Amino acid sequence: MGGGPVREPDPASRSAPSGPLLVSLCEIFHMGMRLKIAVCVKRVPDMDVRFKIGSDGTSLDETGLKYDINDFDAWAVEAALQLKEKAGQGEVVVISLGPDAAAETIRKALSMGADRGVHLKADRIPFDGFAIASALSAELRDGGYDLILFGKMSPDSSNGIVGPIVAEQLGLPCVTSISRLEISDGKGTAKRELEGAQEIVEFPLPAVLTVDEGLNTARYPSLKGIMAAKKKPLEVKPAALGDSKVSVQKLELPPERAAGRIIGVGAAAVPDLIKALQTEAKVL
Amino acid sequence: MANIFAFAEARNGALRKVALETVTAAWKLADSTGGEVHALLVGEPGISAKAQQLGEYGADVVMVCEHQGFGQYNPEATAALAADRIKSGGYRAAIFSTSAQGRDLAPRVAAKLGVSLVTDVTGMELTGDTLVVKHPMNIGKIVATVAIAATPAVIAIRPNTFTPVVNANAGRVENVQSVGDPSASRVVVKELVQGGGGKLDLADAPVIVAGGRGLKAAENFKLVEELADAFGNAAVGATRAVTDDGWRPHTDQIGQTGRLVSPDLYVAVGISGAVQHLAGMRTSRTIVAINKDKDAPIFKVADYGIVGDLFEIVPALTAAVREARKGH
Ligand SMILES: Cc1cc2nc3c(=O)[nH]c(=O)nc-3n(C[C@H](O)[C@H](O)[C@H](O)COP(=O)(O)OP(=O)(O)OC[C@H]3O[C@@H](n4cnc5c(N)ncnc54)[C@H](O)[C@@H]3O)c2cc1C
Ligand SMILES: Nc1ncnc2c1ncn2[C@@H]1O[C@H](COP(=O)(O)O)[C@@H](O)[C@H]1O
Repeated sequence: MGGGPVREPDPASRSAPSGPLLVSLCEIFHMGMRLKIAVCVKRVPDMDVRFKIGSDGTSLDETGLKYDINDFDAWAVEAALQLKEKAGQGEVVVISLGPDAAAETIRKALSMGADRGVHLKADRIPFDGFAIASALSAELRDGGYDLILFGKMSPDSSNGIVGPIVAEQLGLPCVTSISRLEISDGKGTAKRELEGAQEIVEFPLPAVLTVDEGLNTARYPSLKGIMAAKKKPLEVKPAALGDSKVSVQKLELPPERAAGRIIGVGAAAVPDLIKALQTEAKVL
Repeated sequence: MANIFAFAEARNGALRKVALETVTAAWKLADSTGGEVHALLVGEPGISAKAQQLGEYGADVVMVCEHQGFGQYNPEATAALAADRIKSGGYRAAIFSTSAQGRDLAPRVAAKLGVSLVTDVTGMELTGDTLVVKHPMNIGKIVATVAIAATPAVIAIRPNTFTPVVNANAGRVENVQSVGDPSASRVVVKELVQGGGGKLDLADAPVIVAGGRGLKAAENFKLVEELADAFGNAAVGATRAVTDDGWRPHTDQIGQTGRLVSPDLYVAVGISGAVQHLAGMRTSRTIVAINKDKDAPIFKVADYGIVGDLFEIVPALTAAVREARKGH
């Protein structure tokens, strides 16, 4: 054991599931492991707005946009915190690549309970996920992490690629889109969401995981957490982005759907709907 | 004369519809380069029987790798093999699907090749040295035109967007060896848990009947299931309100954090049409909404709406659809 007292494993965590995230970490204790987890978090705009395209035609007009941590990344932070709490020891490091304001996103994760932050500074977050992944990999490579967590995807760039690219760059096993996780004895078991099916996947640690909805519900930062976060270490470094062979040439608003029509009220409208589906939409 | 690579996805020994879509998309590109379409198909021994179908949809060559270790999706061995074939084949572009498997596989392969990729591609064109693609962003509220200057250009296409087209080609089978031992992968799929009792899957179904909180209780979802049955070719979807309450599994959830679908027909039953839900279905060809609130936002995207009580309307619609489809 690495130093601290050996805690009795919580019997409840071994038998009855206490929530969607099941962890039995007692075996890790006996191996003397200390769980070190990195979580990569992205600052993303709130999607519940009417977006406007900037004057350059290739970026968004940011006026009036509100930003927060990507939801999937908040679930990843929550998963890391739950794993650390069950283990009783460990470290959760939050990493974000982006402009000055990305520090706010890191502070949010720190106020949830993460231990320290690394801000990889860039003028803006590039569209190219490969460039982002390369910069994150450079930071993560020698970090000695047992787990590196990502969100399944970010809603702004909508690619869902950064996590698995980092895994390949670091040569680590990777499971994407997990909605359930168990870690024990240096191994993990996860459930992956597919179309109409699920896979149960086993993997060794260290590993890269990307988090889907359903794994947990992210906690809100407490007032105490917010105060404590102000004193937690946040290292700032330049992001090693390199060049990119993928570039946004143009952004457009999608064509509006042609205005629809209300066919009628109540079951009496059903025959007219059937007729429209047969003759206009030709889907029946 | 640049050739195009297409990954042909299979599950449980059968080709998935998205496999025909990647081959169709590859054929369109190959048509502009004057090159060939080479598809890769991996699976347990016996999977080569499916190669012919890929030929029918435009594959000139089908590389087949049969191995016991490919019984379930084997991410590491599949990525290693795909990257190896793409590298040695000198392809201009490599096309995957943005299915659950493709989302997992494509970035691994791109990273092994040292190039970036764009997923959820809805259109593409080769212009000179770049592959220019359309990529919806910001939950579909923005469409980006993205230039990929790398060779190979790696993309994953959006399911249900490149309709499979028959394009009879040779479909010459070439057996290929795995890279390393597929049974030695670190990441192992132990089990495939099928949901939905063999019903059609959201990704493949031309019709989706989706239910929301307006159904009031889990057991009322049978109204939605019966309507789906009446269509004969429909899958059942749900909103987050419904999956959160456990009325339906999370895999049925459509929207920003769930699945992206674009069927020929989407029937929204008791769904308000929150922006996060619309993000997952607004590109459906035809949308029908049934809601008792005439101001529900779902009616803004619906081609056809009926205002009223779903408990009265849905059974009537189910009967009418059955009647209309008689003889099918
Ligand atoms: C970050 C984030 C991500 C999200 N991701 C998703 C997602 O991926 N997918 C998703 O669906 N949601 C998502 N949501 C949730 C979304 O905001 C809505 O809360 C959800 O879509 C509402 O589901 P609903 O339409 O079933 O329920 P409600 O909004 O409660 O609507 C129920 C509708 O049923 C109608 N109704 C009630 N009774 C009847 C009746 N008898 N007959 C006819 N109509 C009736 C009502 O008029 C109402 O319009 C997300 C939210 C957030 C914040
Ligand atoms: N700029 C960034 N900084 C830190 N993590 C990021 C960044 N961009 C993406 N990620 C991570 O990669 C995941 C997938 O993003 P994407 O590939 O852009 O859909 C996100 O959920 C984050 O975990």
